[in-house]
Amino acid sequence: MEISSLLLKVVFAVVMIVVVMTLAGYSVLIERKVSSWVQGRVGPNRTAIPWIHAIPVLGPFLTKLGIFQPLADGLKFLFKEEITPGHVNKVYYYLAPVIALVPALTTMVVIPFGQYTHPDTGVTHSLMLAPLDIGILFIFAVSSLGVYGVVLAGWSSNSKYSFLGSIRSSAQMISYELSMGLSVFPLLLWLNAPGVEGGLGLTAIVNYQENVWFIFIQPLSALLFLVAIFAETNRLPFDMAESETDLVGGFHTEYGCFKFGIFFVAEYAHIVIGSAVFALLFLGGWHFLPGIADPWPAGWLGAVLSTVWFLIKILALIVFFVLIRWTIPRFRYDQVMQLGWKVLLPLAIGNLILNAAILAFIDSP
Amino acid sequence: MAETKIVERKPLSLSERTYLPQIASGLKTTVSHIFKPSVTLQYPEERPPIPEGYRGVPTLVKDPNGREKCVSCQLCEFVCPPRAIRITPGEIVEGDEHEHVEKAPQEFEINMLRCIYCGLCQEVCPEEAIFLQDVYSLSGYSREELVNNKEKLYELGGTLPDEHFKWDKKKAAEEAALAGSHH
Ligand code: SF4
Ligand code: SF4
Repeated sequence: MEISSLLLKVVFAVVMIVVVMTLAGYSVLIERKVSSWVQGRVGPNRTAIPWIHAIPVLGPFLTKLGIFQPLADGLKFLFKEEITPGHVNKVYYYLAPVIALVPALTTMVVIPFGQYTHPDTGVTHSLMLAPLDIGILFIFAVSSLGVYGVVLAGWSSNSKYSFLGSIRSSAQMISYELSMGLSVFPLLLWLNAPGVEGGLGLTAIVNYQENVWFIFIQPLSALLFLVAIFAETNRLPFDMAESETDLVGGFHTEYGCFKFGIFFVAEYAHIVIGSAVFALLFLGGWHFLPGIADPWPAGWLGAVLSTVWFLIKILALIVFFVLIRWTIPRFRYDQVMQLGWKVLLPLAIGNLILNAAILAFIDSP
Repeated sequence: MAETKIVERKPLSLSERTYLPQIASGLKTTVSHIFKPSVTLQYPEERPPIPEGYRGVPTLVKDPNGREKCVSCQLCEFVCPPRAIRITPGEIVEGDEHEHVEKAPQEFEINMLRCIYCGLCQEVCPEEAIFLQDVYSLSGYSREELVNNKEKLYELGGTLPDEHFKWDKKKAAEEAALAGSHH
């Protein structure tokens, strides 16, 4: 491999990390702002950077939106007193946040985020870091590793509350990972239906949705996947890992300052990646609207536009995540298990069988 | 006998058991709240209205003529349960325009770290000189800063309307008596 192309790859990877991390940081802001609006509050509106605040209308407006709040939060995390409980195994204790963050950042390499049409040849290919053929499987495999960070955190903090939180988290993970995978299978079946150029890659899935998005042809799958994503990201109503009523703070009770910040960012990175995957699987990825798939011009302008459109979809989903948080109260733990094993899993299996039967019917001469 | 009303618990319908329509209607409510104006107060800039008779920080007040009303009788100092008040009584120098008043405090301190806002000082003061007014937001960087001295207390208290003008009346009566004796 040439050194320049290697360098380019590194640059792309860094840009991608920056974008995802910024998105994760700013989804915290989205969370805070939207939550405050829902609750009739104003939300963060004071943090200002002097020079930018001095710009006439724009500066105060940005301040009011709380644009600089994540910066202040980060700085605060950095300068807080670092506390390590006395009875923990330090190696594992410090390893846990890292392990929580790594899968969230690893999954993003297979996420295609836009398309680039070559101006001369007219060939379209998708923009992604690693054009993997098994993209979706890779995401499932790696993102479920995130729970190791949580389990390790709970176990190594040597606190019963944290431990219970992390155990709950892993039990929940198992019960939702299954229906998550099964809910995506019908898509892959249709993708590889007779007469269709198949594949398992996310690009193939997005390209399949050129005319109609999967959320319209497979609404049940979309719903199951959405619920599973909520459970997987430990978001309300499934945040059993940190239910403060019965677990104090959950798996991160013993973590403070920046270590806690990393858990936080990892969680939000999970949400960003989850939203991205949902947008890719069911909302047509970077396709504009069902019917008007590709109004993007050829060349770099089109690439940027398609990427921005994809980002808008992700942001909308993040807002949806936040809204759900203020809509549904937290499930009880047994209800979560019931929902996972007795409702979602049978539904997912039934959906899979149904789709397989339909395909077999179409296929039979 | 009290009437008992038995509310029948209906079994959930199918649509209710799937949660989804309920969640959708819940989402509608949630979204509708986004567009409602916020109900919070932007605290340091906007302040809530303080109700009449609120017991805030104790302060000293002056009468409409600008005379300090306290005569350093020290009743408040004695009555104060946590002993937050410390008064150094002082004489009024001869020739002062308030000479006719018996005494005035030389120094008057209220330690706000001790004060429990009981309002007994206001209750006991014979001169209506000490009032718990509407100052409720009190903070400082050191313990010393939270001991209000006389100057600070008058600054916080300002002037309150006064109907009695007891000392002015006394002075007038004295002058009248003096004028009468000349005849
Ligand atoms: S309010 Fe009560 S505690 Fe405070 S100074 Fe007056 S008498 Fe003392
Ligand atoms: S404030 Fe009132 S009670 Fe206290 S010393 Fe002065 S006159 Fe007496």
